[in-house]
Amino acid sequence: MDNSAIKTESLGRIYKIRGAKKDEAKERVALLDVNLDIKRGEFFGLLGPNGAGKTTLIKILVTLLAPTSGRAFVAGYDVAKEPQTVRPRINMVSGGESSGYGLLTVRENLWMFGQFYGIDNKTTLKRIDALLDIVGLKDRANTKTSDLSTGLRQKMNVVRGFITDPEVIFLDEPTLGLDVNASRDVRNFVRHWVSEQPQRTMLLTTHYMAEADELCDRVAIINAGKVLACDSPANLKKHLQRDVIFHLDTTPLQNGALSVVKDLPGVRQATHNAVDGKSEIDLILDADNVLGSALSTLTAHGAHVINLQKREPTLEDVFVELVGMSITEAEKVTT
Amino acid sequence: MTITAITKTDSGWRLFLRTIIARAYPRIIGQQREKSWIFFETFLPFIATCGYVFVYRAMNAPEDYIGFVIVGGAMTAFWMNVMWSMSAQMYWEKENGNLALYIMAPNPMMAILLGMAIGGMFATTLRALVIIVLGTWFFQVHFAITSFLQLFAIFMLTMTALYGLGMVFASLFLLFGRDAWQVVNLFQEPVYFLSGFYFPVKSFGFAVALIASVLPLTLGIDAMRQLSFASGPALGFISVEIEIIALMILAVMFILLAKYALSVIERKAIEEGTLTDRRR
Repeated sequence: MDNSAIKTESLGRIYKIRGAKKDEAKERVALLDVNLDIKRGEFFGLLGPNGAGKTTLIKILVTLLAPTSGRAFVAGYDVAKEPQTVRPRINMVSGGESSGYGLLTVRENLWMFGQFYGIDNKTTLKRIDALLDIVGLKDRANTKTSDLSTGLRQKMNVVRGFITDPEVIFLDEPTLGLDVNASRDVRNFVRHWVSEQPQRTMLLTTHYMAEADELCDRVAIINAGKVLACDSPANLKKHLQRDVIFHLDTTPLQNGALSVVKDLPGVRQATHNAVDGKSEIDLILDADNVLGSALSTLTAHGAHVINLQKREPTLEDVFVELVGMSITEAEKVTT
Repeated sequence: MTITAITKTDSGWRLFLRTIIARAYPRIIGQQREKSWIFFETFLPFIATCGYVFVYRAMNAPEDYIGFVIVGGAMTAFWMNVMWSMSAQMYWEKENGNLALYIMAPNPMMAILLGMAIGGMFATTLRALVIIVLGTWFFQVHFAITSFLQLFAIFMLTMTALYGLGMVFASLFLLFGRDAWQVVNLFQEPVYFLSGFYFPVKSFGFAVALIASVLPLTLGIDAMRQLSFASGPALGFISVEIEIIALMILAVMFILLAKYALSVIERKAIEEGTLTDRRR
């Protein structure tokens, strides 16, 4: 028996742009030659900025979108040719979704979605109670959905995805817009769920690098529709272990200063974020002694260092190394 | 603690039935929780119906015409339900993400629409009954029902064909968004007119009435009037027996067409990526 829960072979998707003018592009490539093999029982992360193609890939895998090239298999079945066989085995939760009906209570909404999968009433209600208890929503079971806060509603959505006990679950930015506590609850829950049965598979898309680092067995980094790397978070970061990474807070950086720093010998990458009237700079250097010249250059451009910190590599650094810009910068380019 | 255990799930007709009940539930329970419908869906249409009654009264039209208007007014409720609470509802289902979940689930889309139809019919029947009871009471309508059985059969056949037509419209929303919304808007008033909601369709003349008969409501209302009022048969378009046969054909035709349209348009929508695209 094939041990793959999700497999894609040269998967591609091109969107036709409706109403494009003569001098504008008629098509947009959302996915290009994506090859992934996710094993049963894996907690797999898909990392990338908004617009990278993560949601397009998930839509194809959950049978909502047809690929324009290549093939995709979920639970061993071709999503384009056998969607009816794939559907009972999967579920999906998206961040910021507002599914269900406001007039129904949390329990009623969840019951309704359970029925669409043919689960009997007794099992559905038992499962709803157990899951609501785990995500801390049991006391709101009889609250109308329209009366829930965004965070509580998202917890309900998470439960909705799990009441059908799918073989493969797709979580598309499930913590998007949630506060710290609600995000933590959701993360704890999914970790618990996947650890319960070794055959359960989870595909998580996120642009929160720390979330992927914390939860996933393996991650694929995706940008502009292409998978740039795929490995465990530890292995991906290992490639940067020989590098030295510094985080600096400085007074606001002048235009062009960062480019000068990037061009210095020994500077592998430099990224910049303007936050609250200061500049946050991350430097990936070949060695410690390159820092001196980088700091001198920044000072020469009028930036004064407020804080300097040497740190371990993160997935964000891996992304910067692969793409040449931070995830925030990549999102600006995409949008 | 184990969250879930191995699940035995229904498929086939059991899943079909479960889905119908589950999707009808929000419609039925919504009536209990949102009392404002009594005003918006009963009182306001009743006023519109009253307007036509007063026009006929001012013209000294035969008294049965008042009954015709009341029956037509009650039936408008079902047309409104089909267009706005089933067909156009798909637009909102797409907007709030439910449509994607419906498609992604193993249940047939036809069952979702049937659930919406049955839930909607439950609510709308209440509204139609209120219009008939109030109208009969206010305007002293005299019914002369010749066959309750035929009347019931006509009503059920009309509903089957009408909701089948609604499903065909609903399938359009899988592919289109606001465009289909405009189409629904475009159809509302012409259907009121062609179905003869407020006058006997015989007034159109045979050719126009025949063309209008492609709408299930046209034949349904005409037959119901023929069976409910003394002057009904004289003002009827064609015989009730023929109308029953025609409605049976329309019911089968629209249900099959809806099944076909849902299947073809779902496939097309998946190819084009319009199932979840909220911009369209």
